[in-house]
Amino acid sequence: MGIEITINGEKKVWDTKPSETLLDALRNHGYKSVKRGCDEGHCGACTVLVDGKAIKSCVMLAGQAHKRNIVTIEGIGTIDEPHPLQKAFVHTGGVQCGYCVPGMILSAKALLDENPVPTEEEIKTALDGNLCRCTGYVKQVEAVGLASKMMRGEN
Amino acid sequence: MAVKIKEGFKVVGKSVQKVDGFSLACGKAKFVDDFDLPGCLYCKILTSPHAHARIKSIDATEALKIPGVITVMTHEDVPRIAHTTAGQGYPEPSPYDTFILDKKVRFVGDRVCAVAAETKESAIEALKRIKVEYEVLEAILDPRESMKEGAPVIHDEEEARMIIPVPYDKEKNLASHADFTVGDMEKGFEEADVVFEREYESHYAQHCPMEPHICATYLDENNRLVIMTSTQVPFHVRRIVAERLQLPIKRVRVIKPRIGGGFGAKQEVLLEDICSALTLKTGRPVKYEMTRKEEFMSSRTRHPQILKMKVGAKKDGKLTAISMKVLMNTGAYGSHALTVACNTGSKVLPLYNKALNVEFWADSVYTNLPVGGAYRGYGATQGYFAMECILDEISRELDMDPVELRKINHIKTGESSPVFAALGEGKPGVEQKVGSCGLGACIERGMEEFDWAKREDRKKEVSPGKKRGSGMCILMQGSSIPEIDMGAASMKMNEDGSFNLNVGATDLGTGSDTVLAQVAAEVLEIPVDDIIVYSSDTDMTPFDVGAYASSTTYLSGYAVKKCAQKIKRQILKVAGEMLEKDSYDLYLEDKKVHDFDGNSVTYKEIGTRALYETDQHQIGAIASHISHKSPPPFAAHFAEVEVDTDTGKTEVLRYVCAIDCGTAIHPRLAEGQCEGALLNGISFALTEEYVFNKKGRMMNADFGSYKIFSTGDLPEMKVILVPTYEVTGPFGAKSVSEININGPMPAIGNAIFDAVGIRLKHAPFTPEKVLMGILEQKEKEAVPV
Repeated sequence: MGIEITINGEKKVWDTKPSETLLDALRNHGYKSVKRGCDEGHCGACTVLVDGKAIKSCVMLAGQAHKRNIVTIEGIGTIDEPHPLQKAFVHTGGVQCGYCVPGMILSAKALLDENPVPTEEEIKTALDGNLCRCTGYVKQVEAVGLASKMMRGEN
Repeated sequence: MAVKIKEGFKVVGKSVQKVDGFSLACGKAKFVDDFDLPGCLYCKILTSPHAHARIKSIDATEALKIPGVITVMTHEDVPRIAHTTAGQGYPEPSPYDTFILDKKVRFVGDRVCAVAAETKESAIEALKRIKVEYEVLEAILDPRESMKEGAPVIHDEEEARMIIPVPYDKEKNLASHADFTVGDMEKGFEEADVVFEREYESHYAQHCPMEPHICATYLDENNRLVIMTSTQVPFHVRRIVAERLQLPIKRVRVIKPRIGGGFGAKQEVLLEDICSALTLKTGRPVKYEMTRKEEFMSSRTRHPQILKMKVGAKKDGKLTAISMKVLMNTGAYGSHALTVACNTGSKVLPLYNKALNVEFWADSVYTNLPVGGAYRGYGATQGYFAMECILDEISRELDMDPVELRKINHIKTGESSPVFAALGEGKPGVEQKVGSCGLGACIERGMEEFDWAKREDRKKEVSPGKKRGSGMCILMQGSSIPEIDMGAASMKMNEDGSFNLNVGATDLGTGSDTVLAQVAAEVLEIPVDDIIVYSSDTDMTPFDVGAYASSTTYLSGYAVKKCAQKIKRQILKVAGEMLEKDSYDLYLEDKKVHDFDGNSVTYKEIGTRALYETDQHQIGAIASHISHKSPPPFAAHFAEVEVDTDTGKTEVLRYVCAIDCGTAIHPRLAEGQCEGALLNGISFALTEEYVFNKKGRMMNADFGSYKIFSTGDLPEMKVILVPTYEVTGPFGAKSVSEININGPMPAIGNAIFDAVGIRLKHAPFTPEKVLMGILEQKEKEAVPV
């Protein structure tokens, strides 16, 4: 089964099996930043943006991504030119083991794209589907607030 | 000789950029599953549906017919070597009671046989087609039953044994025993004006690292076995896998890439043996990743304990005697059974050294339930639950502020406790006097931040149907296992003035690569980004016992400091030749060596001269460190809760933690470690638990029904780092993270009592338990006297 998808701005045509999840398809094609934490849609480590919405790619079939626009963490910034969210996560200490971080940042990006000046409660709601066992979330919530400021040129 | 006096630290104590921060935040950092291994086979494990059974036969005929299935491995295909999965130093203080695969299964989730297939799908399909005939045996599902006359013997195999001289009685399902008494208990209780006896019960829980256990193995071009694994203990993995598979250690290389959290779960050697056996059998790379369900059911857990406490106190609050008796459920295997139980005493009892009569007794028993292991807190979590809750009751009986009771009794700088020497890890402990102790300051700072004095006033602020309360506790832990743990580091200088720092220490997300780089950078007067850190590769880095026992910053950090000091001497020697000065008349600053006449040479010039120009040699060094002490970090915790009296739901409104970790080498990372441990502890206290059916099967093995806290549950948390200086640690540092998981159970338990007047002695404090408590209390009040 062939699907056409746009990933990080590049158009791709992939062969997928009907049962293949978007998570497996992405990882099999080298997008290793998309992590597997539970394979059941609970932990959020596999979060990607699908047409701008934060989606858990382990519970979406690759076939459902046909003609959709996918963004992974590789698509928002690089080590040389990081996205403000990536800078803010590193700066505040929101990255410990970092396994949850790509998904967490993408959930935050979906929030900030829609709501550039979120309240702390709105940040907590947006990140609620991304589990992290290392940080206690305090510095991740802080990072999203900081990124929001950075994106508005305040920091 | 001139001397340059250094004022303060330049790198230590600064929240520098985490060395792997952007690599992780940009998705570039590689975890085990991110390495593509051509021709890799996928391993899946068939696990036991029975809590206790003998395997009569395994028929894999149908499984092997599935296209892509390469092999099915059973107990008949692997060496039968009794071992422990505990990744501890040799000789391990855990019983040798486990086999790679066995003809008996001892808990639901125990492994039966392994499949290797070309695809994950084929491997999963193969599991369904393997026919296993079991002889189901009577199971023990309650640790109170384990040692009763006539109970089934879980380890009836002849090989099971302890390899150190400590009590072990498999016929009685006794996996370990430890006890000691100091002083005179009878006299201690006689002297007391109040004596309280209580029983507490702590529960099963899982570490839940976001990256499950995963391992990949392959044979390199020289036919050596390479194990790339998500582990906290790479050097123990090398030793233990070599032993289990009867390979020479020199044939095994263990590589630790980035690790997605461990919290003790990855101090176990769980997957590496079976993956390696499959690679050796097939000659192909093999990968095995646990599913989340397997992580819950088949990996490791926190050991549940039943703690019987008896504590006596004088009217003035002075403790006269403490008795702690522990029955620990180690599950089907004895991983960490002795040492976790010992830690329950050794990390808790010395805190109250004013009590001169102390008794400790611990049995760890086998059951047919999931297996305990190392888990952040390591027994102290269970012990502090009991200790700090009973002290809260005593303080109320004496009409004292619970803070005052603790102030009167806690250990202070320059003091010791006989418990330090009485209880070790499989052998007597090491006597020590407490050096740095900022506990008094932690209590004061915590009270102030929490506004402890106004806690009664805040009770009035609640809406109808809700009640508010506050609770507190104090804590200590340790830093490394004295005279047992060793960490080592090596360094070399490059011609551009940068340095490679190779450490055996294992960064599993803790930030130790950054912290250790800071220690080296401080000695060498350079920024952290001039240090290239490489950690935990048994071929490339020196030895380290690994990331456990709160040892990395304190112990491995000191090894790095020693190593950097050796490098410094070599740099000074070369610079002395260049500047024609005695090295004692030189000092380091800003990546240069200066004399006191205004001349200097850069590190680049020194490195270039050493490698290319004159008397060429590699500036390089290696250093090791062991400690003769385990300096405790200290903490004071304060929790405010709101209890819904209609539903029993407890919400933590605020949590304040003041911690003395000596010098915080990286304050942000230290705070983050504390916050992570606190939330893990809060979640453990309120929601996390294993629900078993009558056959010993865990029924909630997924994040949908095993609730760990997310951002929506996040209380207001405040961490205060209270600085002290531990002279035996690198730049004054002690350990930081582990201690803080111990506080939430007692602090919240005490706060619930303060709110609604019920004492919960069986954690977690779920709405059901709280509501039952409230209802029982109402019933009692309704009965006319």
